[in-house]
Amino acid sequence: MVLVKIIIILGVILLVVAYLTYLERKVIAHLQVRIGPMRVGWHGLLQPIADGLKLLVKEDIIPEKADKWVFILSPIICLVPAFVVYAVIPFSQHFYLANINIGILYIISISALGVYGIVLAGWSSNSKYALLGGFRSAAQMISYEIFLGFSIIGPLMLAGSLNTLKIVEAQSGVWFIIYQPLAFALYLIAGIAETNRIPFDLPEAETELVAGFHTEYSGMKFAFFFLAEYANMMVVSSMAVILFLGGWKGPFLPGIVWFAIKVGAFLFLFIWLRGTLPRYRYDQLMRIGWKIMFPLCLLNIALTGIIYYLFL
Amino acid sequence: MVLETKELLLNMGPQHPSTHGVLRLLLYLEGETIVNSDPIIGYLHRGIEKLAEAKTYTQFIPITDRLDYIAAFPNNLAYVQTVEKLMSLEVPLRAQYIRVILTELNRIASHLVWLGTHAMDIGAITVFLYCFREREIILDLFEMVSGARMTVNFFRFGGVAADLPAEFYPKVKEFLDTFPAKIADYEALLTQNRIWLARTKNVAVISAEDGINWGLSGPNLRGSGIKWDIRKANPYAVYNKLDFEIPTGQMGDVYDRYMVRMEEMRQSTRIVHQALAQMPDGEIKGKVPKIIKPPAGEAYSCIESPKGELGFYIVSDGSEKPYRVKIRAPSFVNLEALPLMLKGGLIADVIAAIGSIDIVLGEVDR
Repeated sequence: MVLVKIIIILGVILLVVAYLTYLERKVIAHLQVRIGPMRVGWHGLLQPIADGLKLLVKEDIIPEKADKWVFILSPIICLVPAFVVYAVIPFSQHFYLANINIGILYIISISALGVYGIVLAGWSSNSKYALLGGFRSAAQMISYEIFLGFSIIGPLMLAGSLNTLKIVEAQSGVWFIIYQPLAFALYLIAGIAETNRIPFDLPEAETELVAGFHTEYSGMKFAFFFLAEYANMMVVSSMAVILFLGGWKGPFLPGIVWFAIKVGAFLFLFIWLRGTLPRYRYDQLMRIGWKIMFPLCLLNIALTGIIYYLFL
Repeated sequence: MVLETKELLLNMGPQHPSTHGVLRLLLYLEGETIVNSDPIIGYLHRGIEKLAEAKTYTQFIPITDRLDYIAAFPNNLAYVQTVEKLMSLEVPLRAQYIRVILTELNRIASHLVWLGTHAMDIGAITVFLYCFREREIILDLFEMVSGARMTVNFFRFGGVAADLPAEFYPKVKEFLDTFPAKIADYEALLTQNRIWLARTKNVAVISAEDGINWGLSGPNLRGSGIKWDIRKANPYAVYNKLDFEIPTGQMGDVYDRYMVRMEEMRQSTRIVHQALAQMPDGEIKGKVPKIIKPPAGEAYSCIESPKGELGFYIVSDGSEKPYRVKIRAPSFVNLEALPLMLKGGLIADVIAAIGSIDIVLGEVDR
């Protein structure tokens, strides 16, 4: 039974991730007065599959000077955690893989492992652009991981649990976004930075570092990084939905549909931002993180604590 | 234990997404900070100045299209104007106005390419496609006039190749009426954007004094606060009959150069409006001998191209072919100041700086 669930979830996630790339291309295209992919299938609907096939049959280049095993291993280190975290995400009241007490902690700690994939990819490529990309991600992703962790302490205090199901149940009356608007904003910024999306896409800043940490990757290994990035976007969105927007809760429609709608709204936001904003500079990014985000996170925790102690 | 630190030598280009063609930059880095930089050029060298010596004066006009290939009309104008000076040719008023209209439209097109690529380098991809949407309209106008979108080969000694076609006028009016709103659109995406400000303010600063010492011209110099525009300082064609302003900046940073060019697009729109209204009827070509044989001697004349001061220095020995042609390409001179701007900045600033000096390698390498 569990195995069937695992296969369903993995299959659906892979398909959704593939079509997320399609959605991104279409939405960005229409934002930019273009029409996007149109050739493969009706309105380009088979494009992600064609892309996947293309990447599968492409030559898999390992640079001569690269650290071979680390080079091969790092896309896998990147990809696996991005999919493993789905184990504790409750898609609806009854559809989830594992119900563990430390759900949120599990998500944060597992997804943190993905950073190593990126850092090692930058290091093992033995290319200067990839190295700089790796440096940037080491600084950026590790520090934003901290803000991500701190920003969700507020809602966790309100829920009184790390269990994803209990957190959603705690929002039966009012969604936590009402009580914790500041935490929500902080979480969103940290989440975007965590997934390397514009305006924080410095590790792979195309116009500066060619392709950043994955400059030397091709074929399926490159696709792994790509899949991981999009899977992480969904994880960040799902966590936002669970922590702030009441998870699967909503009137009339079944829980899983509500969950999909809410996650979809976040994914659209990610894409929309990419169509609108320029990119921050590396030092500015770190300054925002440590000098603005971090104090605000602490302030939010303190305020939540005081109010919780006094009134509840 | 003492950790040894080493300078990192990063080769940026000639194949790089944002070195605007085939510019190669050697960056000496300490972490991501730039200690020194070295622009290396020549990857697009076609020997254009030498080519001129083997061609007749007329045959060289189409080759000038290939200098600054995104602004061919100004190149034509600068060359044609110098030969006219050499031969003391009169240009009919109507032809002068046609020249001004087309060069100013080309200035808008060139600035649109600059804005699009510059914004894309900094990460705002959408602006790029908006700019190219408007540029397409201008290129269609050029095609209507000259038959070509970029390599126009349209100006002739003593005039222009043909009169403007009748369908040109409504189209250009339509463009001029809608364009200011489009500029407002670009500005809505960038000018007040916090990230854009953070990326451009106080980045790649060049002072007015350095600007003059390094021979900068065009919007790069005006961004540093020097009000120097050849259209005003030494008016050619019919610019002294037209009313327009020269925008300047103060700081000489990327943001000021950005603001100067944005305003220039508006001013160019104004100029084209006025020129269309003032344009008289009449000849489009003056009295020109069948064979172009300038008397022995030399002449220099320059114009304000979208990139800066574009000058041609021609030495004639009295034959059908020029003895020597020297092109003062603004991009080449502007590029020389790049290392000065980059010093102490970060890699991300390199991209912003290259975009902001608006170079075209076709003109740098010649």
